[in-house]
Amino acid sequence: MRDIVFKTEIALTRYLSADGKPLDTLPPWCSAAEPLTTYYRWMVLARQFDQKAIALQRTGQLGTYASSLGAEAIDVVTGHLMTPADVLVPYYRNHALQMIRGTPMHDILLYWGGDERGNSGAAMGRDLPNAVPIATQTLHAAGAAAALKYRHQPHAVVCLCGDGATSKGDFAEALNLAGVWHLPLVMIVNNNQWAISVPRHMQCAAPTLAQKALAAGIPAEQVDGNDAIALHEVIEHALVRARSGKGPSLIEALSYRLSDHTTADDASRYRAPEKLKEAWQNDPIRRLRHYLLDQGLWDDAQERACLDEAQNRVQSAVEQYLATPPEPVECMFEYLYAERPEQLSGQIDSARIRGGGSA
Amino acid sequence: MSEPICLLEAVNLALARSLQDDPEVILFGEDIGHNGGVFRATDGLAHRFGAHRVVDTPLAETMIAGTAVGMATQGLRPVVEIQFMGFIFPAFEQLICHAARMRHRTRGRLSCPMVLRAPFGGGIHAPEHHSESTEALLAHIPGLRVVIPSSPARAYGLLLGAIHSDDPVIFLEPKRIYRASRTLVEDNGAALPIDRCFTLREGSDLTLIGFGAMIPECLDAAEQLAERGIDCEVIDVASLNPIDYDTLLASVAKTGRAVIVHEAPGKGGVGADISAVLGEQLWGQLRAPIIRVTGLDTVMPYYRNEMHYLPGVSDILDAVNKSLEAGRDEILQATGSG
Repeated sequence: MRDIVFKTEIALTRYLSADGKPLDTLPPWCSAAEPLTTYYRWMVLARQFDQKAIALQRTGQLGTYASSLGAEAIDVVTGHLMTPADVLVPYYRNHALQMIRGTPMHDILLYWGGDERGNSGAAMGRDLPNAVPIATQTLHAAGAAAALKYRHQPHAVVCLCGDGATSKGDFAEALNLAGVWHLPLVMIVNNNQWAISVPRHMQCAAPTLAQKALAAGIPAEQVDGNDAIALHEVIEHALVRARSGKGPSLIEALSYRLSDHTTADDASRYRAPEKLKEAWQNDPIRRLRHYLLDQGLWDDAQERACLDEAQNRVQSAVEQYLATPPEPVECMFEYLYAERPEQLSGQIDSARIRGGGSA
Repeated sequence: MSEPICLLEAVNLALARSLQDDPEVILFGEDIGHNGGVFRATDGLAHRFGAHRVVDTPLAETMIAGTAVGMATQGLRPVVEIQFMGFIFPAFEQLICHAARMRHRTRGRLSCPMVLRAPFGGGIHAPEHHSESTEALLAHIPGLRVVIPSSPARAYGLLLGAIHSDDPVIFLEPKRIYRASRTLVEDNGAALPIDRCFTLREGSDLTLIGFGAMIPECLDAAEQLAERGIDCEVIDVASLNPIDYDTLLASVAKTGRAVIVHEAPGKGGVGADISAVLGEQLWGQLRAPIIRVTGLDTVMPYYRNEMHYLPGVSDILDAVNKSLEAGRDEILQATGSG
């Protein structure tokens, strides 16, 4: 006798075509201007910020920068659906999401401009800072979610990672624990098809990345990561589940990295130009703009005003960033321990001398 | 506490006290719940404080460390166990890249008040990976505190100090002396400072510096030397990062001689660091070269040969003799009577 003991399926949610045409009956809220026009404005802002950051890097005014081009819808929708009491555990590509959570734009520039204060998240409550080592933050998310559960707080932890992160043990261990401990965790995988130069099909032989959560007993689904309406529906559902004690879930958001990995990368070495051209057809901003225009929720005048406002905001953040002097050298030691060991005091003087004595 | 207790029971007592006094303290690790830990360090705690505070985890050391980091950033005080130090390596990335840096990275906004406990060291006839001393790898990392007790009273007080600390603390328990001796330990909730050495015996001829399971060996050696009229100061370093150099420098400035003892290989070990600082700071005041008595620069042998690897009293006595002879030669040369 042979019984089937486990069977499953992974759903993919998508509401709009690449041209913004409804593919199905839309949720009723989509006929109103809000929140979709707010989403749109933020997505435009995110892209303006991204373009400016790259320009700053190319002109020697910013360090290596990880672009978020193509991930705007994921960041913006997630940011708007989270409450202040939810906890964000980002990776290093969630600039717009961090801005929505309260990080000033010039802090994000400071971070990529080599200044630790840019990662301090002064206005971020208990959100975690950027995590650079891939997938390590997924475990922090599990721990933060365990803390919420331990204190009986009805909030959610939202963790983001890329497709490369799903190959790491940390990711599997985090999901495994979230399943066993029934944690209020929403894990969002931004599957942008590339981990630097390694394409999705060389990352994992499974047809979806979402199904990795099923091995941990966690419900999982895919969503079109370029479709703000679909993202809203799927993420909202997962957040409500987490906050109401129904446990973790995983969302694999299908997107495309429209940029290089970082400004230190050159994707033309490994990515065919026609692939990129094709991916631009699915641009999340274009898709939402077409939808809003078709519905009469947006017009050209609004578009111009929106762009102007975004450019002004970015410009003023850039000015603030460029006008910020470096952090005093003693800060190298200031935050290492709760109280600075006396024996480190001598090294502060050494640090000052090494810098040419200017600090 | 009316009965004398051993080091292991003192760990249990400090954990119980912390769970009792602070609702933000939560224990988790492999087999620490119902089973009470493989050494019984958490014996009875799950029953007494509940499975939500003394929690068994899936078997994944990276997860234990990373989850502790996440919890600690939210203000809880996780005290987690890695079953043996030989299994700590998957946790290194979380300890080094995150626990040690979270306060620094966020400019003081988030901190990582976690304790990671692990039994370490040889001498208990254990299988492979169950006897190593790799404390130097952790003591090297800015931002991580590394604390090692060497008696029941210090295990109790230092573990409380570690749990009260707002910094991440690696608390390494010398399992060879888990049950070696019993003393009365008052369960008064009083923490010991985790950034100070402990001078266990005062003396004027030579300073013996050690930590963990080497402390009983040092004290034994000092006792034998006293019978020969040699007066050793014995210092338990206790905190390997940061190190209380004030105490060490004052002692060696007084005695002019130092022998440093640890189980770990000498190369790149904590003894090398202490020796270097003593040499840099006390040049001119030393009466003999600083000598290290350490484990050997090879893989920790399986248990049949482990006593050929671990330093013991006779090795310490040899080193002390060398130190005293070196000084004597100099004195003889200086007085022209050699």
